[in-house]
Order: sequence, then structure tokens, then C-alpha cells
Amino acid sequence: MRNIKKVLALVLVAVLCLSCFAACSKSGNTDATTAADDKTTVADETTAADKTTAAGEETPAASGTFKIGSIGPLTGEAAIYGQAVMNGAQIAVEEINAKGGIQLEFQSQDDVSDAETSVNAYNKLVDWGMQVLMGTVTTTPCIAVGAQTNKDRVFTLTPSASSTDVIDGKDNVFQVCFTDPNQGVASADYISENIAGKKVAIIYRNDDAYSQGIHDTFVAEAKEKNVEVVYEGTFTKDTATDFSAQLTGAQSAGAEIVFLPIYYQPASVILKQAADMNYAPIFFGVDGMDGILTMEGFDTKLAEGVMLLTPFSADAEDEATQNFVAKYKEKYKETPNQFAADAYDAIYIIAEALNKAGCTSDMSAADICEKLVSVMPTITFDGITGAGMTWQATGEVSKGPRAVVIENGVYVTPGK
Amino acid sequence: MKKLSSIKGTTKKNGFTYALVIVAFAVVSLLNANGVLSRSAQGLLVPACCYIVMALSLNLTVGVLGDLSLGHAGFMSVGAFSGIVASMSLADAIPNTVVRMALAIVVGALFAAVAGFLIGIPVLRLRGDYLAIVTLAFGEIIKDIITCLIVGHDKNGIHILFNVKGNKSVADLNLAEGGQVIIKGAQGATGTQTIATFTAGFVLIIITLFIILNLVNSRTGRAVLAVRDNRIAAESVGINVTKYKMIVFVISSALAGAAGALYGMNYSSLVASKFDFNTSILVLVFVVLGGLGNMTGSIIAATILYVLPEALREFSDYRMLIYAIVLILVMVATNDPKIKALFGKILPHRKKKGGAVNE
Amino acid sequence: MEFLSYLINGISLGSVYAIIALGYTMVYGIAKMLNFAHGDVIMVGGYISFSVMSYLNLPGWLSVIISVVVCTILGIVIEGLAYKPLRTAGSLAVLITAIGVSYFLQNAALLIWGATPKVYRSLVSGTMKIGSLSISYISIITIITCLIVMVGLTLFTSKSKTGKAMRACSEDKGAAQLMGINVNRTISITFAIGSALAAIAGVLLCSAYPTLTPTTGAMPGIKAFTAAVFGGIGSIPGALIGGLLLGIIELFAKAYISTQLSNSIVFAVLIIVLLVRPAGLLGKNVQEKV
Repeated sequence: MRNIKKVLALVLVAVLCLSCFAACSKSGNTDATTAADDKTTVADETTAADKTTAAGEETPAASGTFKIGSIGPLTGEAAIYGQAVMNGAQIAVEEINAKGGIQLEFQSQDDVSDAETSVNAYNKLVDWGMQVLMGTVTTTPCIAVGAQTNKDRVFTLTPSASSTDVIDGKDNVFQVCFTDPNQGVASADYISENIAGKKVAIIYRNDDAYSQGIHDTFVAEAKEKNVEVVYEGTFTKDTATDFSAQLTGAQSAGAEIVFLPIYYQPASVILKQAADMNYAPIFFGVDGMDGILTMEGFDTKLAEGVMLLTPFSADAEDEATQNFVAKYKEKYKETPNQFAADAYDAIYIIAEALNKAGCTSDMSAADICEKLVSVMPTITFDGITGAGMTWQATGEVSKGPRAVVIENGVYVTPGK
Repeated sequence: MKKLSSIKGTTKKNGFTYALVIVAFAVVSLLNANGVLSRSAQGLLVPACCYIVMALSLNLTVGVLGDLSLGHAGFMSVGAFSGIVASMSLADAIPNTVVRMALAIVVGALFAAVAGFLIGIPVLRLRGDYLAIVTLAFGEIIKDIITCLIVGHDKNGIHILFNVKGNKSVADLNLAEGGQVIIKGAQGATGTQTIATFTAGFVLIIITLFIILNLVNSRTGRAVLAVRDNRIAAESVGINVTKYKMIVFVISSALAGAAGALYGMNYSSLVASKFDFNTSILVLVFVVLGGLGNMTGSIIAATILYVLPEALREFSDYRMLIYAIVLILVMVATNDPKIKALFGKILPHRKKKGGAVNE
Repeated sequence: MEFLSYLINGISLGSVYAIIALGYTMVYGIAKMLNFAHGDVIMVGGYISFSVMSYLNLPGWLSVIISVVVCTILGIVIEGLAYKPLRTAGSLAVLITAIGVSYFLQNAALLIWGATPKVYRSLVSGTMKIGSLSISYISIITIITCLIVMVGLTLFTSKSKTGKAMRACSEDKGAAQLMGINVNRTISITFAIGSALAAIAGVLLCSAYPTLTPTTGAMPGIKAFTAAVFGGIGSIPGALIGGLLLGIIELFAKAYISTQLSNSIVFAVLIIVLLVRPAGLLGKNVQEKV
């Protein structure tokens, strides 16, 4: 009997070793098959031709097929953000490939918004031969993966991880979204300039880097600008279903503005519960609030009068935004949110940086990284999440947030 | 039973467990040195070691002690964060990463042992499902408490803030110039130096095995097994139930803390919510599928089940669904009386191990 | 005034926990298993009701009925496929299987309904005003439903034949079988009732706290489980009292101590209660037979 056990154990060890082998042998030949086919676009036919033209030194434009990897939560609680990013990026990849010029091959990996899984996903992409990382979507994984990409020298452009820790001390990590402090300061400034003299309550999620980060800088800036904060309510992931205590607290403190530096899911519950208790202050949100109008089943009347600072609005009238929104709606049957837009811009920014740096697809990820890091601060980019975006060498983006107010279910510039 | 019948058999069996780990380590290291291992396989090595140690330590509580714990990740969390604080604050004092890592693991184990002792006092008075729910509760409490912690260090030492109302921030730490924030409350530990290595993981597994296997075969271990199999009988022959239960519970917590410290030093960022109920359950699944009280089983189950979701990456959206189905099928297949009878014919004398939990 | 409104919100939250806890307690009392998938059946109940209202444009009351029917069937299917083969296995094996079922339901919901949160349109909206105090109608309905369910279940288990069979099974399965009770069928019926309750709880939960995601049921599930243990698992009035107390404690902790630690405070109270009364508030303290 013991022999049988031993044999069994040895077989299992063998299986383990084999699975290690399998993992590496697979990585060699999965170029086109790994991701679901709608997620990957390969344009092999152009590669050979482009490579020959690229052989000459100092070619101004980039050429070849680049492998762009992306990591984000495709399942789990944060899946909505990851899926939006992958969808937005996919549209940009298709557009760029259709134009000719450089070609992009895109693969997305799931990280369930967890640092450990994210590093695993990153390693998987490295095995695939990724040259540039567009990710990761959420902050905590992005810090962990950023440390790895910094060590391995892989250029990283995150569409949506907004904490300053993401870029801190890593010259190869850049952001498309605002940093959290940036938003906190902008919100406090806006309130002190435009709706001054009112008492402010803040309800924020303090187990979330994004929310906490904006809150901290908002409070500091508010103190400076003499904006009176009368109530601070917090919630966590596990208590994000019931806000009656916080709303009652804000109401009895006499707050006339409720600042919500949170994502739109909990915000929608807050709006509903506030309406239920007949509490109608001005709700003021940040970019995470974008998307509230398109929530399935959400009564948009509840969001009437909500103000928010956002870099992207799906109702903007410029051609680029309308083109993107139309394509997105056609393909994914929903209105894109800020994350999708950030990712769409991120892919275009990578493409532009590759072009500007004159990278070729046969360069290693490390070589591409050095070139891109040096050109990023020289780029000015007009995207759907802001015009005239520029980058500092630290990786921080500078672009102007736009204040909007919701009227009749659409974003309107206040005062118009 | 078998243990009494031949001491030699036990030694042989333990030798086999050690040999299995050492051979696996040698093979993987060899492959790694020759560059055969892919990046994804390499990335899985350290966390796999951590989960193996977690599974072994939980097996001590669930399999040997016979108490169902649903909050084991809490001890991992205590170990991880205290280990990170130790490692980061000693970064200047001890530049040698190996020494610092070893020290951090010891610190993690000590803190987790203290937590285990404090939690053990109320928990071990309860039994069965009530004990299970209380460990779950403690796991959640640890998670919440760590979420409230803000820790930094500067030349004056370590500064700790307990952010109950959620209105304090890093600035309230009043760090001197050149100070560094280690844990930022809900945002967790960021910017941790990643100094964990596979060799460290291997050494930790061997030490864990050494402690557990020796404990089980010692006088204490026999007393604990007696308590598990029949508490009342054990009490009546003069065994101090609480004392032995506490010894095992504290050792189990300390080992989980060591695993946590190693885990914490493998990632540049770590949040307390990582160590929630789901992580406890994940480790429990390793233990149950590996066999209660069966240490070799825990090692194998932890490795396979940790690699499985990664191997299923190709199925992207469906991978967790497949994982769930595999889990249900395995449980049904190994416990259905009909299928069991079938196995019984193929593998004669399959003895039931453990199984004393919540009888 | 503030205190009163906290109290009312707490009772309303507590009644949702209580209904979920009733389902837990029923299943635990009879099958002696911790059904961790219960919270996810709640989530499925919410999604079914949402889909019936939003995609089929049927009225709210009909969606509740359909949701109850679907969840009942789901409960029976889960029980038959996953739990029945494990009737003789250790409780740990059943626990792991329940967790497997929970993962399965969450990920299946993710594939069917997607990750985007759905906003559940409350069945009843509006508030009742008493002085400066406002109570939403949905809170009142939740509390009333909770009481009706509790009374109904108590009558069912004490008066009806099936109910008596359930109690017999919960006392001693072997003896019950010898008395001619079909134990397997009784356990299946228990699951059906538990799942039907979960569907009702899902609708009420989503009406009060309207976002619906695949993980909606997880935390309320754990909390309700805590409530069931709190009140004495296996006891029907215990589940009600446990649920209500839990809701009130949670809300007061949030309001007066710390939102951050509100869950911890709930759990800490549970631990203290269990240390003083090891079988929960209304649980029977069974003497051990030697």
C-alpha cells in the first residue's frame, strides 16, 4: 500500500515538473492563440516588409508589429474597470492597425485586482514576448508590477492607476490619468472658487488608495482655501452597501455639499439613500463618478444636479470622442466610461511614442523602454481624455480637469 | 494504530516527505539554472512555497488538532506586515538581504505567535462550528485592524498610528527628514523591497516540516492526537487539553506568520484585504484535498491547486468557473460512498485519516 | 432624533440579515452543514428579479415570484448534485463543496450578467414621515416580511407533518429514518425552503441597497451566518433576534465609533456572546454524552 502511495506521489511530482515545462513551452507558440481571438489582432503580413525598411539607421517612424500587453481585473469585484480598459484598448489597436504604419498585437491578462495575481500575469506576458505594458488598471497591483517592470526595464503606461506610489521612484512608469493629489486639489479649488461659503461633508472609502489619496489632499487644500469641512464619513469594501449612518451624520452636521471622491457604484447607492431620506445637498464627485449615468437600471433623476470633475465625458461633441463612443457602443453595447477612454488614449500614446522614438519591433523590451522613457517628456498628445497632455519625467501627466454638472441626464458645463 | 506499531514506519514516511521536497527543489533549481523555466513558472515559485507552508501550518490546526479554523490568513497577515516593517526599518542597519530576510521571517513568526496566543485563549474554549465562526471573526478583525495602521520609520525609530476614525493620514506620523512610510493604512505596504527568494522558501518548508513532523511524533503530539480522537478520554487520563491545544495553535500561527513574512517580501505592494476570508478558505481547500493530517498531501495539493488557476489562464473568463467545478467534482468523487467503494477495490486498505473535525 | 433614525436604519438592515439568517439556520438545523453558498443564492435571486423586470418588462411582484421559483429549483439542483453525494462524508468535505458551489455561482453570474454593476429598481419607493423622522417604505416592508416569515416558519416546523419530520431529522437522522421519515427528501425540502427565503432576501436586500454585482451576496451571507450563530444556530427565533441585533450594532458602531471597524465590532460582540453563551443567545446547550 505504501508503494502505491509513493508511486502516486512521484507521479504527482513528475506532473508538477511537466507543468513547469508545459508553461514555458506553451509560451513559445501562443502568439496568436493565447487570448480570445476577438482580443488579439495580428497583422503578420506587414511585418516582414516593415522590418526591411527599418534595417536602415535613423528611420524616423517606427515599424513592425509590437507586442503590447495589458493587465487588469477581468473578473472579480473590480472587473468593470479592467473590462472597460481592455475594450477601449482593443478599439484603439484596431484603428491603428487599420491605418497601416506600425502594427500592434494586443494581449490582456486577468489579475483580479490582486498584486500577486498581477505579477503572475505580468510574467505570463513576458513569456509571450511583450514589449510594452499598458497597465495595470488598478493601483495596488500596479505598484507591485511597476517594481518588476522597473527591474526588467519594460516601458509601462498605466491608463488608470492614479496613486503617486505608482510612479514614485520608477522612471519607466507613466500615467494617463490624473494623480490622486491632483484631483483633490482641483476639487477643493473648484469648490472654493465657484460654490464657496458652503459647509462640506466628505464620504470616502478608506480602504482604497484612490479614494483615500484624493480625500487627504482635498482636506489639506480645503484648509488652505477656507473651505469648511464639517463631516467626514468613511466606508470600506465590506460596508459599501449601506450609507444611512454617514448620510445622517452629514445631514445633521448641516453639510450643503457632499464631496464623494469614490467610484460611481457606491455613489449610486448614496444618491438613492439620500433621496430616500429627503436629503438634497450638492453632490460633488471626481472622475470615478463618471459612468453613473450609464449604470443599467439607475434612475438618472437621482443624479440630477450632481457635479463632477472629469477628464472624459461620453457626451462631448468633438469628433474623436464621438467616433470612439459610437464604435464602443456598436461593439460592446454599452456607453464607454472614463477607464475605456483612458485606455484608448494610452494605446495611441504608446503608438505615438513608438513612432517618435523610431522603435522597431525587433528591438528588445529594454531597448524600447530606454527610447520611450526619453521621448515621453517631449510628447504633446491630444486625446479624448484631454487636449495637450504632456508628461513630466517622473511619469505624471498634466492635463486640465473639466467640471460638469448633470442636467436632464447629460453632462453640461456649469453656468451655461 | 500505525504510529504505535512501528516507529520505523513513521521515520521512513517522514524521510520520504523530506526527500520529496528536496528532490522537487533540486529539480526546479536545476531547471531554473539552465533557463528552462519560463518567467511565469519562476514567478510562481516563492508564492507556492508560502502557500505550502500555510497549508502545512493549517494542517496542524485542522488535521492534527482537529479544530476547523477559517481565519488562518489573519496570522499570515500579521506575519506579513510585521515582517515588512522589520525588513524595511532594518534596511540601513543590515544591508545583507539574506540576514535581513531571515530576521524579518523570525519577527513575523513571533508576532503571529503572540496573535495566536491571544486569539487562542477565547477560541480554544469553543468547539466545532462555533470555533470555526470565531476564527472567521478573528480573521476579519485582524484585517480591519491592519487596515487602520499607519506605520513609518525614521532615524528616531518606528512610528505607529492607529487610524480608527479614518481621518488621519501619513502626514500625522510626523516623520523626521529622510523617514519612510512603510504601511499606509488602507493602501497597505507600498515600495517594499522584494528580497524573498525561492531558496528561502525551500528552507522555510524544510524547517516547517521538521517542526511539524517532530511535534506530531513527540509526547506532545501524541497527547494532541489523543485529544483530537477523544477529548473526554484524554482528559480522564490526565492530559491538560487546553495546554496542548494552545501549544499546537501557537506553533501553527507562528508558522503561518513566517509564511506571511516571506510572502510580504515578495511583492512591492501588499494590502490587508488580500488576507481575507477567501485566502483562509483557499488554504483550507489545500489542506482538505491533501488529506487531513497528511503533510505530504498538503504539500502536493497546495502546489497543484496553486498552479492550476495559473495553468487555466488560457481559458481566461472561464478559469475560476472551471476551478469551482474541479473543486466540487474532486470533493464529490473522494467522498461519494459509491466512488469510494470503487477506489477501495483498486487501493485496498485505504485508511480514513483525521476526520475528527465537527463530528 | 439622530439616534432614532440610526435605530430604524439598524432594524431595517437587521431584518435583511434576519431573513438570510433564517435560511442558514433552517439548513444548518436539519442538514448540520454550513452552506456558504447561501449568500450567492441571494445574489442569484436579486439578478433574476432584476432581469425579469428590466429585460422582460414584467411587474415587480411577478419578478419576486419568478425569482423565488428559480431559486427554489436552483437550491434543489445544488443539493442534489453537490451535497447529496456527501451525505455520509465529514462536515469539512461538505463545507469545501459549499465553497466550490459559491465560487461557481459567482463566476457563472459574472459570465451571464457581466461585471458591470446593475442598479436594482426598488419594488417600492418613497418614505413615510413621522415628524422629522423619515422611514422608507422598503424598510417597513422588510421588517414586516421578516416577521411573517419567522412566524410562518415556526408554525410550519411545529404544526405540519413535513415540519415535524424536519425537526425529527435535526434531532437524530438515524432514528428519524427508522420511524419511516424519508431523510433525504426532508433535507431536499429544507434546501428548497432555504433557497426560496434567499430569493426573498435577495429582492429585499437589493431594494434597500440597490447595486447588484456577482459578489453582492458574499458579505451579507457571512454577516447573516454570524447572526445565525449569534442567536443560536438552528433556532428560528434566534435567527431573527441575532439578525436584528447584528444590524443595530453594526449601524451604531458605524455612527458612533468607527465605520472602519464596524465589521470588527460586530464580530467582537459575537465572540463575547459565544464565550458567555457558547451555543448563542437562544441555542440549546447540548450536554455531551460520554
